Amino acid sequence: MRQVTAKPKALTNAPFHYCPGCTHGIIHRLLAETLDEFGLTENAIGIASVGCSVFAYDYFNCDMQQAAHGRAPAVATGIKRVRPQNFVFTYQGDGDLGSIGIGETIHAANRGENITIIFVNNAVYGMTGGQMAPTTLLGQKSSTTPTGRSIGEHGYPLPVSELLQALPGAAYVARTTVTSPSQIRITKRALAQAFQAQIQGRGLGLVEILSTCPVNWHMDPVEALTFINEEMVAQFPLGVFKDFDEEVARDGK
Amino acid sequence: MTTNAAKLMKGNEAIAEAAIRAGCQAYFGYPITPQNEIPDYMAKWLPKAGGVFLQAESELAAINMVYGAAGAGSRVMTSSSSPGISLMQEGLSYIACAELPCVVINMVRSGPGLGGILPAQSDYFQAVKGGGHGDYKLLVLAPATVQEAVDITYASFQLAEKYRNPVMILGDGLLGQMMESVTLPKVESPPSPPDWATTGRQKGKPRIINSLYIEGDVMEKRNQHIFAKYAHMAEDEVRFEKYHTDGARLLVAAYGSTARIAKTAIDRARAEGIPVGLFRPISLYPFPNDALRKAAAEARVVLTLEMSMGQMVDDVRLSLEGRVPVVFYGRTGGVVPTPKEILKELHRVWENRA
Repeated sequence: MRQVTAKPKALTNAPFHYCPGCTHGIIHRLLAETLDEFGLTENAIGIASVGCSVFAYDYFNCDMQQAAHGRAPAVATGIKRVRPQNFVFTYQGDGDLGSIGIGETIHAANRGENITIIFVNNAVYGMTGGQMAPTTLLGQKSSTTPTGRSIGEHGYPLPVSELLQALPGAAYVARTTVTSPSQIRITKRALAQAFQAQIQGRGLGLVEILSTCPVNWHMDPVEALTFINEEMVAQFPLGVFKDFDEEVARDGK
Repeated sequence: MTTNAAKLMKGNEAIAEAAIRAGCQAYFGYPITPQNEIPDYMAKWLPKAGGVFLQAESELAAINMVYGAAGAGSRVMTSSSSPGISLMQEGLSYIACAELPCVVINMVRSGPGLGGILPAQSDYFQAVKGGGHGDYKLLVLAPATVQEAVDITYASFQLAEKYRNPVMILGDGLLGQMMESVTLPKVESPPSPPDWATTGRQKGKPRIINSLYIEGDVMEKRNQHIFAKYAHMAEDEVRFEKYHTDGARLLVAAYGSTARIAKTAIDRARAEGIPVGLFRPISLYPFPNDALRKAAAEARVVLTLEMSMGQMVDDVRLSLEGRVPVVFYGRTGGVVPTPKEILKELHRVWENRA
């Protein structure tokens, strides 16, 4: 008998509160595995944001701060500037990062802050009950777009990775998903490269991960995975948008 | 720069220098008049002292950078003026609940709205009553001279650390912009990060900086815990100045720049035979309730002077609990009362006393 898998050391024993079929759990595990593999769990300072992942401070087995809605990149900046020897990451949703906190996101990226952002995009405000997010798809129904998001009334889904790609201070920007084992492996590689951006002092690393919200999408978990693969990916194409290490980018494609 | 020689300095620059000497390790801020000399000075001198200066993209970001750095155990400050301080209220509420020490300089300008850049005291309520959402207070200190601003700034970091609570230094454009002779304190080294700070847990348990308490009874306990600290502050941190209060039948209550102007008027009124004295709260929160009551023991009337439409006057009335009539005189919008104008008001109040 040999052990082939175990819970990452970077996760505590607290049970996740996430809804059935939500992919936050997979993303937490990938982030925790990456922290362990880089040997950073004892050094890292994480920032939980406001939204479904607000309790992330209970799940990650490293020092954590909880930030006001949208302000995680500013909090991370404050920490990293006074403690450059620590690994600093934020874990944010689409409402937090793309709506109320887009200013902090853009400026942290533009300053080239050496921080790592895990951006979970599920196209909806999950915690508050399914309101329109900046990333809600055109035509997608939410509790505040009951007849579906329309360009005329609500504008377009916000392409965060494409926006950050334009900023010289952003060292690594990738969009992935976790809807299949192969996509999970791609996400893990993207996290590792976003970690490297910080470790090597190249600037801000961000991995946008398309994630499910079966409850607020009113779907079962399998339908939700299919929705990502068929609908979300069409609006938010997967790939590496920016890589400080151009060779890695070329090989990745 | 020698330590003990008196030096002519602008208020804002003297405050910045005092903060550096107090061991401030990081400054995050956003430009706004009339306090720009603070970030300008910090940008030039704080990095030379081994600290971090960063101009944030907004006051929202600045106060959250303060949150992060304070949570990581750094001695940290920001500065701003009224509209910018309004934008920081969310962050200050989080900082107070998460029990993080920091120093906030507020060089008050006139309002509401964009208001003006001239001196005012119209943000007293915002400073002393909490300011943001939820039950919390800042420790608020109001200097009246550049030297006092230096001494208070120097002491404020340790006060913030003692109570794990933000300290606000409430000044105004007058204090920030005028030049006075000051003696600067010695350079102090900042302490090591405290045990609760997020510095990477190493072999220990994770530290969590947080203000979220979902369960009602737990949140209530948090409120009671932070208010126990405020009760402690009310015991130990009350500061005030009494000027000719013994035997004063007319007592003036004023703080900051207004108190200073009032002193000139009081000297003239006393020369004319009016038995008038000044009570100057220095700690606006905790408010010197008991000391004010004692100073007003023989007063027939208390006149509160402010550069506002009347804010501290409410706390004066609450302190005196109806024992003495309290009247108010204020100029606002950036208009600074003259000693002559205040003297006229002293005459009017004294002649109309009950």
